Amino acid sequence: MKKKQVTDRRKFILNMARGVGIAAISGFMWSAYIDEATASQLLLRPPGAIKEDDFLRTCIKCGLCVEACPYDTLLLAKPGDKKPLGTPYFTPREVPCYMCPDIPCVPVCPTGALDESSVTTDGKLDITIADMGVAVIDEDSCIAFWGIQCDACYRACPILGEAITVEYSKNERTGKHAFLKPIVHADACTGCGLCERACVTEKAAIFVRPREVVQGKAGDYYIKGWDKNDEKRLKNAKEIKTTTELSKEKAQDKLNGNFLEDMY
Amino acid sequence: MKTLWNNYRYLILRRFTQISILVLYFGANAWGWNILQGNLSSSSIFGLIPMSDPYAVAQMLVAGAMLTTDLLIGATIVVLFYMIVGGRSFCSWVCPINMITDLANFTREKIGINKLTGVKQPASRKIRYWVIALSLIISAIMGVTAFEFISPISMVHRGLVFGLGFGWAAMLVIFLFDLFVLKNGWCGHICPLGGFYSILGKYSLIRVHHDAEKCTGCMDCKVVCPENQVLSMINKESLPVLSGECTNCARCIEVCNDDALGFSVRNLIKNNKTGE
Repeated sequence: MKKKQVTDRRKFILNMARGVGIAAISGFMWSAYIDEATASQLLLRPPGAIKEDDFLRTCIKCGLCVEACPYDTLLLAKPGDKKPLGTPYFTPREVPCYMCPDIPCVPVCPTGALDESSVTTDGKLDITIADMGVAVIDEDSCIAFWGIQCDACYRACPILGEAITVEYSKNERTGKHAFLKPIVHADACTGCGLCERACVTEKAAIFVRPREVVQGKAGDYYIKGWDKNDEKRLKNAKEIKTTTELSKEKAQDKLNGNFLEDMY
Repeated sequence: MKTLWNNYRYLILRRFTQISILVLYFGANAWGWNILQGNLSSSSIFGLIPMSDPYAVAQMLVAGAMLTTDLLIGATIVVLFYMIVGGRSFCSWVCPINMITDLANFTREKIGINKLTGVKQPASRKIRYWVIALSLIISAIMGVTAFEFISPISMVHRGLVFGLGFGWAAMLVIFLFDLFVLKNGWCGHICPLGGFYSILGKYSLIRVHHDAEKCTGCMDCKVVCPENQVLSMINKESLPVLSGECTNCARCIEVCNDDALGFSVRNLIKNNKTGE
């Protein structure tokens, strides 16, 4: 009888250990898959989408935004699309966002992954402040930069004259023609992708990418001294202190000593 | 015809609800119906009443997402509904995977795999609770809803409503797994959503009740039951099926020729003798 009890307990411990082992294996594979599956940074989200990290945990993948979209712009990522599974996205070259003034896709979101307040000004829905991405121009393949007259993107832009303007400059090559170059203004661009859709080149020379992907960051060391708004950034400025072998002594001591010997 | 209805009435009703729900969701996306919009993760009835998958909401919670009121109301509605009709009635009356696994089970029986493997199953039915725990741990660590990214249920359902992609592979894998690897493998062993509804189902109102007086011990119910561990009282005691793992699929009721099984509302006051 006593012997049997011991075997039972051993059996139980072995079973638990087995369970833990299998759980560990599957847990690692599971998290590795999720890490890969959520790594895509290049896809464009519906208007009002919160930050990508938060979006991935908040979107419940119900597709209500997709159903609300009257232009079939929005799609849910299918297995095989190589995008975070089940989350909404759009491909502007195929169907851009037509920037409906009543933004039907946002208020239907049950989870707040599409945040109504981020597309509201003065209590009214305002699609022009949406931030789905930023249009970027590849000047090498944009024919307007070659000197051929084309303002397809400029004409297609729903915030005409604000998000894209045309800059005139002299064409030195011919000496008698002008360049009409499109310029994107990132602060006004919503990333709707109508320009990308309209672009006449084989592969669009103007295309929308998520803002974080295409924008740099000057950091706290550089402030526009002439701009009162930019100076506000100094309030949250952080100091990064690097300590190296050199910074152990004062600069003067270093110069007064025989530093030349150190160098050669 | 009468015996057909008598022996398959709940099966026919279940297929009817499963397919109707699918069609309603499909129509919402394809033709703009507003009866049932969204999908099984979250939806709205007439664009008014929200419903949300409580297990997905639980994952969102541990992943650190902000939960909106709509979402919480939706999850509460779903929880209350299944508290009444039986937690895992979701599995047998709503979930589209049920049709795949039922087909696998049917084929398994027809080509005689069950006879070869015998009654003993090589895996524990407790796996699903491990998967729940694992999904919550991974959700918390990775900050995403872990199961929602691999769930074949949402993959298939979303696929049927919004476009399948490689979702057919998920269907095929589950079918083959249930057919050749493990009887009732996905729904009865692994699926954490089923596990979640099993936990809810412990407290639900509508139950299958057994009348041992009438039972002749033919054990047809145990053969047909996808979770036959819940039928431990058959031919022994007149008890209701109290395990949350019962899916209320009612196959046992329709195969019983002795009228020894039937749906009934459980007594709310605990009776020590019947365990109710």
